[in-house]
Amino acid sequence: MTPTLQVFLIVSAALFSAGLLAVLSRRHAIFILIGIEMMLAAANLNFIAFWRFSPQSQPPTGVMIAIFSIAIAAAEAAVGLALVIAVYRHYRTTNVDHLDQLKG
Amino acid sequence: MSSVAFVLIAILTLAAALAAATLQKLMHATLSFAVALVGVAAFFFLLGAEFVGLVLVFVYIGAVAVLIVFTILLTRRDARKDHGANWGGALLAVAVFGGLAWAVFKTPSVAIGAPHIRALTVKRIGEALMTSYVWPLQCVGLLLTAALIGALVLVMEEKR
Repeated sequence: MTPTLQVFLIVSAALFSAGLLAVLSRRHAIFILIGIEMMLAAANLNFIAFWRFSPQSQPPTGVMIAIFSIAIAAAEAAVGLALVIAVYRHYRTTNVDHLDQLKG
Repeated sequence: MSSVAFVLIAILTLAAALAAATLQKLMHATLSFAVALVGVAAFFFLLGAEFVGLVLVFVYIGAVAVLIVFTILLTRRDARKDHGANWGGALLAVAVFGGLAWAVFKTPSVAIGAPHIRALTVKRIGEALMTSYVWPLQCVGLLLTAALIGALVLVMEEKR
């Protein structure tokens, strides 16, 4: 018995939920970025799974979307980590609970 | 596609992802994150998208994970520990997973096996990138340049 599309979607949903758990429960900015990257990886897994299980097309659209999404995730990680370093220089902390200067 | 390989990769990926979400030490969580991405790349290999799996390994483990480790080292002073998962976040994550799983099981059109497809060669990907996807490719190049210059400007020391 070979795996169906369903089980891939379930695994991807579980990966997304793990990323969401990291984003919601961590106080450290770098952890939150790791969670976002995991959610993006889960979305990429969905793109590739849907491409594999649908009738074949030329050009391979799902694969293309996954490649572009990986490139954009890399750009997002670079800017996010630069922001973390800039915030750390300014406030000497990366705990998002302490960054409340804009709070009304 | 063998189901044994699928189950092994799924266990590895999900265990590493949960460890990345709950481990207290930043460095351990980052390494678990890298292992989870190896698992995702293995899924891509299993699904027949070898090129994308390799790109994922290069970009995420070669660049993003190393970048995260460097950032941890640069912000070391308070990067030692973070408390683990809290109950509200865990509850919401489980609820989201439950909703997604319910939707997947309720949709009959996704309970299908893999059709037989022609192997995806790098030649086909390259042809698609250079013909139908040439404008998105240029835009992504521009975006990457702008993002990296922006990251440099953000971390540059301010002149006083």
